[in-house]
Amino acid sequence: MLSTLGQSTLRIVAESGDLARFTARGFTSAIGSRRLGRRLVRAVYEQGVRCLPVILIVGLFTGLVLGLQGYHTLTGFGSAALLGPLVANSLVRELAPVLAALMLVGQAGSALTAELGIQRNSEQIDALETMGIDPYGFLIAPRLIAALLVYPIMTGFFSLIGLVGGWLSGSVLLPLPGSVYWASVDQAIDLGDIGQSVVKSLVFGALTMALCCYNGFNAHRRSGATGARAVSASTTRAVVFSSIGVLAADYLVTSLLV
Amino acid sequence: MSTPAPASAAVSAPPLLAIRSLQKRFGERVVLADVTLTVPRGRVLAVVGKSGTGKSVLLKCLAGVLAPDAGEVCFEGRPLSSHDPVALADFRRRCSYLFQGNALLDSLTAWENVALPLEQATLLPKPEIRARVAEALRRLELEGDALRYPSQLSGGMQKRLALARALVTRPELVLFDEPTAGLDPLRRNAVFTLIAHAQREFGFTAVVVTHDLPEALAACDEVAFLDDGRVRFSGPPSAFIHSTDEAVAAFRDSTSALAQSVAALRAGGPLPADTLG
Repeated sequence: MLSTLGQSTLRIVAESGDLARFTARGFTSAIGSRRLGRRLVRAVYEQGVRCLPVILIVGLFTGLVLGLQGYHTLTGFGSAALLGPLVANSLVRELAPVLAALMLVGQAGSALTAELGIQRNSEQIDALETMGIDPYGFLIAPRLIAALLVYPIMTGFFSLIGLVGGWLSGSVLLPLPGSVYWASVDQAIDLGDIGQSVVKSLVFGALTMALCCYNGFNAHRRSGATGARAVSASTTRAVVFSSIGVLAADYLVTSLLV
Repeated sequence: MSTPAPASAAVSAPPLLAIRSLQKRFGERVVLADVTLTVPRGRVLAVVGKSGTGKSVLLKCLAGVLAPDAGEVCFEGRPLSSHDPVALADFRRRCSYLFQGNALLDSLTAWENVALPLEQATLLPKPEIRARVAEALRRLELEGDALRYPSQLSGGMQKRLALARALVTRPELVLFDEPTAGLDPLRRNAVFTLIAHAQREFGFTAVVVTHDLPEALAACDEVAFLDDGRVRFSGPPSAFIHSTDEAVAAFRDSTSALAQSVAALRAGGPLPADTLG
């Protein structure tokens, strides 16, 4: 058992180092990569525009539930007027960056891993190398840079629609005056909260997209499977590790920023 | 566009590609046991052999996609080891690879696929790139399909598109991994004719891995027969045709062996013992 534990630990450490090198190479290969802009626009479209409906739906329902639960809990203490700060702080500091990241992993990250895995299986990545094209600059760099642009924006949309959801719950469906809700929201959020949200979304974006790219790019040698099963296994690994990574990184970043 | 060298000069020139004691294994399975081969500049070498004898692996080692376990590949006398990225980059700029499965980028149109190596790996001006891509597509009868995606093309069209992409950079060395796999006999002939024609026009050196022996013997200058991870025969097609080597003869005469097997079956006799190799 000790031997298995040791081997697993060594494998995780080795793979973490491999991931770090992969990520660094992904970012640095953007330098000198030709026509990066066109590929960057496509990556932003895939990660951002296509995921926006999911982000808005999940954000709205998160705000609705927060408003509902928060109102009834706070009413018990005679503090219903604090619903705005409760919803705002929960969303901006924690729920928006975490849930937006999880949604982006589920939609854009899984698709990206599968696409890269298929490109690996069908030798498209080998073909790039034989043509003298750096596959890191061509395939990975635009996705990683796009994540740094898209994640904070998506987190912002999530927060905004979540606040609207809280207002719908607390002030439209329940009797808290809307003016009280929005005034307290305005007072509750400061630049530090927004900064924390942006920092988290940047960390989650880099981490999750690097994990998704890494698993897809290495689908042929990481999964212990071949062909379609390797793509499937890589996609599962990418989503599972990204989700765990988001929650673990959230704790680490929060402990540093609070 | 370079002019092809006269045959005598090409033969006497030092080899463009030299493979020395190349070895490659996957786990316990030895795919290339000891391959030594030279490819003279301006010649077309056909690499033939049974399935699973390491032909495609050899080609991938030549292209630098796979790293050999031992031995070396020299391009113009310079070893292409992973420790020399400059030599490898220079080699890749001057070499093209046609993959067995075509390896076309499915998110790009036919035009974009052909333009890709020129846009990404050369400093050619845009009008020159446009002219070259249009010319390559026209030659391969794909000019009407420029805006279609690979998934919208038939298997034969995809093969021609991959060929267009391989030749658009006007490489000095082209590695063809089963360029006629999955094509009908007419298209097979057309592809080999195209390779021979393009080779004469551009003067490139080619290594063609193929199972189509008659076409290879007709269109190629040299033949290498791979068996059990080693080069069992290397020489001109005429020598291959007259080779008395047992393995070469069995491979070469497999069509007549098939006729004999079928005739034996029809006569009610048993299958010859080595029918399935």
